[in-house]
Amino acid sequence: MSARKQIILGAYLGGVNHHTAWWHPDAGSQIDFSTFEHTARTAERGKFDFFFLAEGLALRERAGKVFDQDIIGRPDTLPVLASLAAVTTHLGLAGTINATFNEPYELARQFATLDHLSGGRTAWNVVTSFDAFTGQNFRRGGFLDRSQRYERAAEMIEALRTLWDSWDDEDLVADPGSGRFLGRPDAGAFAISGTQFDVHGRFTVPRSPQGRPVILQAGVSPQGRDFAARHSDAIFSPYGKLPEAAEFYRDVKARAARFGRNPEDLKILPSASFVLGDTEAEARERYEVLRREQITGQTAQILLEQVWNRDLSGYDPDGPLPDVDPDPEAPPIIQGRAFVHQDRFETVARWREIAEAKKLSLRELVIDQFERGPFVGTPAQVAQQIDDFVQNDGSDGLIIGSHLVPWGLDEFVDEVVPLLQERGSLRADYPDPAGATLRDNLGLPPLPRHSGRAAEAV
Amino acid sequence: MPEHIHLAVALDGAGWHPAAWREPAARPRELFSPRYWTDLVRTAERGLLDLVTIDDTLALQTGTRGVPDERVDQVRGRLDALLVASFLAPLTSRIGLVPTVTTTHTEPFHVSKALATLDHNSRGRAGWQVRVSAQPAEAAHFGRRSVPGWDAARLGTDELPAELADLFDEAADVVEVVRRLWDSWEDDAEIRDVATRRFIDRSKVHRIDFEGRFFSVRGPSITPRPPQGQPVVAVLAHRRVPYELAARSADLVFVTPTPARGAEAVLGDVAAAVAAVDRTEEPLHVYGDVVVALDGPGESGADRLRRLDDVAGEPYTSDTTVFGGSAAELADLIASWHALGYRGVRLRPAALPDDLDRIVTDLVPELQRRGLHRAAYPEDSSLRGLLGLPTTVPNRYAEVR
Repeated sequence: MSARKQIILGAYLGGVNHHTAWWHPDAGSQIDFSTFEHTARTAERGKFDFFFLAEGLALRERAGKVFDQDIIGRPDTLPVLASLAAVTTHLGLAGTINATFNEPYELARQFATLDHLSGGRTAWNVVTSFDAFTGQNFRRGGFLDRSQRYERAAEMIEALRTLWDSWDDEDLVADPGSGRFLGRPDAGAFAISGTQFDVHGRFTVPRSPQGRPVILQAGVSPQGRDFAARHSDAIFSPYGKLPEAAEFYRDVKARAARFGRNPEDLKILPSASFVLGDTEAEARERYEVLRREQITGQTAQILLEQVWNRDLSGYDPDGPLPDVDPDPEAPPIIQGRAFVHQDRFETVARWREIAEAKKLSLRELVIDQFERGPFVGTPAQVAQQIDDFVQNDGSDGLIIGSHLVPWGLDEFVDEVVPLLQERGSLRADYPDPAGATLRDNLGLPPLPRHSGRAAEAV
Repeated sequence: MPEHIHLAVALDGAGWHPAAWREPAARPRELFSPRYWTDLVRTAERGLLDLVTIDDTLALQTGTRGVPDERVDQVRGRLDALLVASFLAPLTSRIGLVPTVTTTHTEPFHVSKALATLDHNSRGRAGWQVRVSAQPAEAAHFGRRSVPGWDAARLGTDELPAELADLFDEAADVVEVVRRLWDSWEDDAEIRDVATRRFIDRSKVHRIDFEGRFFSVRGPSITPRPPQGQPVVAVLAHRRVPYELAARSADLVFVTPTPARGAEAVLGDVAAAVAAVDRTEEPLHVYGDVVVALDGPGESGADRLRRLDDVAGEPYTSDTTVFGGSAAELADLIASWHALGYRGVRLRPAALPDDLDRIVTDLVPELQRRGLHRAAYPEDSSLRGLLGLPTTVPNRYAEVR
C-alpha cells in the first residue's frame, strides 16, 4: 500500500431518530444552541474536517399522530450553521437542504452568504423529496413526481453553480478613488432555463471564498450512484463494514472515472458511531445495554410498521414477527420518515428467514436489522478498527455520531483521536492557521469556473 | 408612556447615502465579510441600543427604487440578512437582531423555522422586518409568478393598484402562518418522560391547518416554540395599505415622516389604520425613521451630506427625514417625536461606520443626560422585554384546550 490515507472526519449531531439516547441522565437539549456549539467546538478540538446537520421538513407521524416515543423537533439547518461559523475557525459546516422545497435564487444566496461568513467552510448535502405529506407544509404541495427527483436535483445543482459563478472574482472592485464599485455593469447576470426552472436576472452575492460549497450526496441505487459520482465531491455511503463498503467504494470511484473525473476527487464517507470501554468486555456490555434501550418494543413496532404499512400494535414485541402480509396499497401509516425498503414483500420474506434462523423475536429482529454497526471496543481497538477500515478502502473517512448529545463526542476526541494521530492517519493540526477552505482541507482540487451554459442536465 | 425612547439602527451596506462607500473610514471591500458585520453590531451593542435591522431584498439594489440599472458607481450586492443575524447571535448578548425577510417568493414554513432558530440561538433576541417583493426583477429570479411593474408616480396617492395590494394581503397571511407555526409547539411540549418513554406530550404539538387565498400550510413546525414565544414583527410602511398590514400583523411599525407629511400627521395615519383593522391587542409601537449624518471633527453633518452629494453627482433623496447636524440637535428631534407619542426611532446612518460610531459616542450620552436612553441593559431581557412588549405571550393553541 502507498502512503497512509489521511482519514476525513465529520461530526454528526444526532436527533430525530431512535439512536440518540435522550433518556440518558446526561443528555442535553436538542434545540439549545449550546448543544451545537459544544459539539462543533469539540469536533474542532479533534481536528475534524466538518460538522454535519441533517434536515427534516415535517414531523414524523404514525397514523396521523406525531411521534412521541423518541426525539422530534430540531432547529433550522442554515441558521444553526451560520451561528456556528461565528464560534469556530477551521471546521467545515455541512447541512442537508432539500432541493424540492427550495428555489435556486434563494438557496444560492443562503449558501453563498454562509460561505462568506465562514471564510469558505460550507458544504451542501443535496436531497430531494417527493412525498405529498411533506408537501403540505409548502406552497406547491407535493408537486414533484418520484421519477423527476434526479432531474430536479441535477437542475438545482446546475442552477446554483451558475448563480455562484455569476460574479467574477474581479467584479467586486470597490475602489473609492476611482468611484468604481463594480468591475462590469452586468455583474451577477444569469439566465437559467430547463424543465424545472426558468429564471433570469442578477445575483446579489459576490463570488464566495470557495466559489461554491462542497457538494455531498447519498446514493445507493445504480442511478443514485451515477448521480453522485458525477455531481458530488463526497458521497454518504450506507456501508460501514468491509467487504460491502470496499465494493461500494470501488464501484463509485470507477463510476467517477467513467465521468472523466479523478476518482480521488470523490470522497466516500459512511456514517458511524462508537461505543468505548476500558476493556473490550465493558464496551460490549455498554453496547448491548444501549441497543436494547434504543429499540424498545414500541420503537420496534413503528420501524416494522413502515415496512408492513399496517397497524402492528396488536403484536407482542417479544413474540414472533407478524404473520400478515404487508399492505402496500393502504395509505401510509408512517409519514415523514424516508422509506428505503422498496420491495416490502421481499424485505419481509428476508426478515422472516433471518428471524427463523437466529430464533429472534420481533424486537430482536429489529435490533439485529436496524444495526448501525458501531465501532465497539477500547479506544485502541476502535482506533485500529477505524484505521483498518479506511486504509483498506472501506472509505476515505467517517461521519461520526454519538448516541449521547452533546457530550458523547468528547469521549471520541479525548481518547480515540490522539491514537489516530499517533498512527499517522489523522492530522495533528489544521494545515494553515487561517485561510484554508473546506475544499482545501478535504484535499479537493481547485474549482474550474463553471460556465453554466454548456453543461447539460442529468 | 415609557420613560425612555427606544433606539434602533438600520444597517445596510456602507450606509444609506449612495456615496457613503467612498468615505475614508468606509470599508467597501469588506461589506461581505464577517468582520465588518461583527464590528458594526458590537458598536451598536456598546451604545446600549435596542436593536439593529439588517436590510435585504431578493434583487440587486438600484439607483431609483424599482428600476433596474447597470450602474457601477454604487454599492451592489447583499448577503442574506437572516443568516447574517444568525452569525451575529453568538457574538452579541443583549441587542435585538432584526433581519428583513421577504414574503412574496419565500416559503412561510422556512421563514418561520429560520426566525425561530434565530430566536433560539440568540436566546430571545430575534425580530423580523416583513417585506413584500414588489419588483418584476425579483419575480424573474424565481420564475414562479409575475409581478407587474409599477410606476413610482402612481404610488403618490394613498391607494395601491390591486395587484400590489394583493402582495400585502399575502404578506399578512405569511405572518399569520409564521405566528401559528411559532405557537404550534406549546412551551412545555417536550417532557422527556423516561418512565413512559415519551419525549413529547403530543397533545401539545399542533397542526395549524392554514388555508388562504395564496397558499395552505399544515404544520406543525419542526422547530419548538422560540424563547420569546412570538419574536418581534416589524413592518416599514409609507401609506395606508402597509400601515394596515402593520396594524393587523406587527408589533412595531417603522414610519417615514418627511417635510411633506410630518411626524404628527403620520402618527394620525397609523392611528387610522389601527382603527380600520380593529386591532385590539397590544398597541402598535411606532418608530420614526431618520437618516442621520452627525457632526464630526472639522465637518458638520450638513456639510458632509453636501459633500457626499457632490461625490455622488446628484442630491440624495430619501423616503424619510434626512438629518444633518449635531448630536444635541438630533436629540431635540428625537425628543420632539417622543413627545408626540413615538415609542422609538430607527436611525439610518448616512455613512458606516462613521455615523454609527457618532450615534454611540455622541448621541447616546446626550440622550442619557436627558433621561431618554437607558444607562445599562436590563439583566436577562429578551428583545420583547427591551422594547416594552409583553414578555408573557399566550399560546393560541393552549388557550383553546
